[in-house]
Amino acid sequence: MSRNILVSALILGLFGFIGATLVAVTEFGTHDRILENERQALLRQLYEIVPKQQVDNDILAHPLTVNAREALGRESSLVYVGEKGKQLSAMVFEATVPDGYSGPIRLLVGVDGNGVLLGTRVIAHKETPGLGDKIEKEKSDWILGFTGKSLTDPKLDRWKVKKDGGDFDQFTGATVTPRAVVNGVKRVLLYFDQQRDALYKEYLEKAKTNP
Amino acid sequence: MSTSYREIVNNGLWTNNQALVALLGLCPLLATSNTAINGLGLGLATTLVLVLSNTTVSLIRNLVRPEVRLPVFVLIIASFVTAVELSMNAWFHDLYKILGIFIPLIVTNCAIIGRAEAFASKNTVPKAALDGFMMGIGFAAVLFTLGASRELIGQGTLFSGAHLMFGEMARSWTVEIADYKGVLLAILPPGAFLGLGSLIALKNWIDKSRKERVRKEAAVPGEQQAAAT
Repeated sequence: MSRNILVSALILGLFGFIGATLVAVTEFGTHDRILENERQALLRQLYEIVPKQQVDNDILAHPLTVNAREALGRESSLVYVGEKGKQLSAMVFEATVPDGYSGPIRLLVGVDGNGVLLGTRVIAHKETPGLGDKIEKEKSDWILGFTGKSLTDPKLDRWKVKKDGGDFDQFTGATVTPRAVVNGVKRVLLYFDQQRDALYKEYLEKAKTNP
Repeated sequence: MSTSYREIVNNGLWTNNQALVALLGLCPLLATSNTAINGLGLGLATTLVLVLSNTTVSLIRNLVRPEVRLPVFVLIIASFVTAVELSMNAWFHDLYKILGIFIPLIVTNCAIIGRAEAFASKNTVPKAALDGFMMGIGFAAVLFTLGASRELIGQGTLFSGAHLMFGEMARSWTVEIADYKGVLLAILPPGAFLGLGSLIALKNWIDKSRKERVRKEAAVPGEQQAAAT
């Protein structure tokens, strides 16, 4: 009887080992490819916002991690810095808008060195399909309307949806979602306005210490 | 206790369809059937895991003692699912980003351990492999049909996102009904239940009318005979 138990235990152990080996081998074989995929996917997203000719550095090389809960929605958000001719030419913020209709909306917001929006994209959201999901670029052109806007165009008190007396369209049947996105983008612009130089300095130091 | 190959095919695709008859694997089924391509993607991944796990389980069926067979099956299935998940992440990255969270759920798909226990552990390797393949295709077909109809009714498109699976050239495969606003309900979770319910009803109706026809055909010669006498 105890012999039986031992044999069973050994068999189970053997299969545990085989299973773990299989997973380890697959992991080893796919690891680099997966990392590269993730990098490419992120790059594609960034280059959607930031035109390639706008930067001449590796925009992914030294991302900054900032703690700006008020402005960017999270304790730690990534900021990518683009340079051209050793001048700040683009900054892309990962921002989380907490007050979407059904949960947080994650955005990428890109601005150029002067605080003019290069573009905005929604990377993740749970808004109602068919109503709030028009914030996706695949569903409608609404999100492209941010490109070229800044804190002076339109004026700060016009950074609202039309229903609230601002300049931005809302969707029929969904006001909460666009309102949240407009506010989120506005907060990023204000944050950039205050922190521009500090962030760029931090980036320069980071780039100097580990090139 | 020996099932013919023909029966295996029939069982997997129709008679004992895992989604329509056994009603197994509903969690991934309902969650990923919002578009045709999502359904197809998860269906194929499930098929792959089913074939691999059925084959392995059948290979070792005389080696593993009955008292540890279930944990061994679970180990095998979990390893294969993880391997498939990693491979998908490596080769179909965009599709993985959509289906990613549902792939690990394949482990919890009772259809897989169900086939391992009910069929593969008692049959030869070729039969077990075929069973896994057919059960998987049957499951994938339901996922695909459900996904296609939900997508069509819900947003008026078909094969949207095909490029995630078949590369850039598939971008043009998307069919769109012009001026169709879509019925939101179909895309939302209740739509999955309604759709699956309708598919089950349709299958039962087909089965029933087929049986009726067979009965009528069997009755017809009898009547002629009765008339002759």
